[in-house]
Amino acid sequence: MEQKQLDSLTAKARQLRNDAMEIMMHFGSGHVGGVMSVMDALTVIYYAKANIDPKNPAKVDRDRVVMSKGHAGPALYAVLADLGYFPQEWKATLNQNGTNLPSHCDMNKTPGIDMTAGSLGQGISAAVGMALAAKLDKNPATIYCIIGDGEAQEGQIWEATMFAGSHKLDNFILMLDNNKMQLDGWTKDINDLGPVADKWASFGFYVQDIDGHDMAAISDAIDNAKSKNGGKPSMIILNTVKGKGAKYAEEKVFCHNLPITEEIYKNETGRE
Amino acid sequence: MTDEKEMRQVMAQTLTKIAEKDDRIVLLDADLMSCHATKCFKEAHPDRFINVGIAEANMVGIAAGMSAFGKIPFVFSFAPFATRRCYDQIFISVAYAKRNVKIVGSDPGVVAEANGGTHMPFEDMAIMRAIPHMVCFEPTDAAMMEKAIPQIIEYPGAVYTRMFRKKAEQIFDDSLDFKLGKAIEIKDGKDVTLIASGIMVDRAVKAADILKEQGVDAKVINMHTWKPLDVEAIKAAAKKTGAIVTCENHNVRCGLGSAVAEVVVEECPVPIKMVGVQDEFGQVGKNAYLSEVYHLTTQDIVDAALAVIKKK
Repeated sequence: MEQKQLDSLTAKARQLRNDAMEIMMHFGSGHVGGVMSVMDALTVIYYAKANIDPKNPAKVDRDRVVMSKGHAGPALYAVLADLGYFPQEWKATLNQNGTNLPSHCDMNKTPGIDMTAGSLGQGISAAVGMALAAKLDKNPATIYCIIGDGEAQEGQIWEATMFAGSHKLDNFILMLDNNKMQLDGWTKDINDLGPVADKWASFGFYVQDIDGHDMAAISDAIDNAKSKNGGKPSMIILNTVKGKGAKYAEEKVFCHNLPITEEIYKNETGRE
Repeated sequence: MTDEKEMRQVMAQTLTKIAEKDDRIVLLDADLMSCHATKCFKEAHPDRFINVGIAEANMVGIAAGMSAFGKIPFVFSFAPFATRRCYDQIFISVAYAKRNVKIVGSDPGVVAEANGGTHMPFEDMAIMRAIPHMVCFEPTDAAMMEKAIPQIIEYPGAVYTRMFRKKAEQIFDDSLDFKLGKAIEIKDGKDVTLIASGIMVDRAVKAADILKEQGVDAKVINMHTWKPLDVEAIKAAAKKTGAIVTCENHNVRCGLGSAVAEVVVEECPVPIKMVGVQDEFGQVGKNAYLSEVYHLTTQDIVDAALAVIKKK
């Protein structure tokens, strides 16, 4: 990827982080940590890689993005609003009465959301089902799925991983938002995932272990996942920082769910 | 008279046939293909038969994802594993996400026989009934099963089918006029109404015969769909007969008895007796033995009918 495009993606990710903070600020709090950590990967997927058409959200051969860590909804809402899937005004409605933007992703409420998620461990199975159905239909869609490292403590993650590896779903790109933290603390202290790259490799995945905030690395990894997968599903381990790009969250370290006031929002974004 | 065909054969063969013309149909099983006689589907439509292995939660999630591609997945397992084992997946990935997935749970209640308490759900319909908009259906015999499958496919949402796998007592024939959600009156009567489902329908019919000899004219209704419940049929029966006995191979707590009572107490209060499992776990044993243990016999229905009439 050319430097110009990388710079443009970096700028876009900054804007989307600010937009996501704006969305959460309207409600007063949110899953700041996991929204921020996943934003660079979402930016590369939506602005450089995915075959999507915001004007035709139901396009049959579109790529799908399943946010299995469904509490990162506001990260996706920032993207989808920016791409024009729904009116910008909706950004002020997160979790408000009657909203189309609930804290956890809902495919029946929000245009552009491909799967409902929020009960951790479930989105990945649905994504695997989509990859399987795409193969059945000879549909060229790539199915992206993002899970959290805390989420990988759910047994269903490994059921779905085993199935995707066993069935060689090479149209499936799984990403681990490896921010090393979960709600109650460090993942390694609570229930250590151990060597995640080895684990997914042993389940039959083509594994890449990258800096999840390096746009070029994310871009290359997605390209590799499509062209060098050797007939395997892909795992891209995104080594990320929880709260990345929201200084108050990074400084707090444990930032799964935080208040976000107008003052914090203005401080963080420089917006008025 | 027992049907010649097993319920599972009817299910598998009918699905296989419909799938010839409808490529939306896919079948998923969790290592119980042999128990569900779905080999015919696998042979006819190998690409659309997916044995996910022993992983019911993943099976349900995969089905939800396939439905997002327009497929109509049928997922099979024994009833406890098709419901209880993967309840949150059914609740969130299927029902809450409005996915068009058909769940088939086999060998409910005492017909699980030798598999015993771990495999003998008396609560599957209760927990499925608690999921908003979930259709809960218990076919009575092979004739009904055959007629139900196209309607299950046609219904644009999640359906749970509680299926006795083997040969059921034949109640209906090919002339059956079946509609999902519409109760069937098997016999009219004026003194009491027996509302039955599944294997209890045959027993309710026999109980009505015994009651007749004792001068009691019992109406018999087959409530095959527990949800949506045929409220009008219950109201009409309560009004006409003034007393109701519900008959289910299931816990009466949150089961058919509860479902009927919910309607009766609000709409048309009359005395009710509930024949069914009284808040117990399953155990190994033959159907006949377990039916004695849990008071699911024809005589239990007769006794309940005579007792409820006295309360009128």
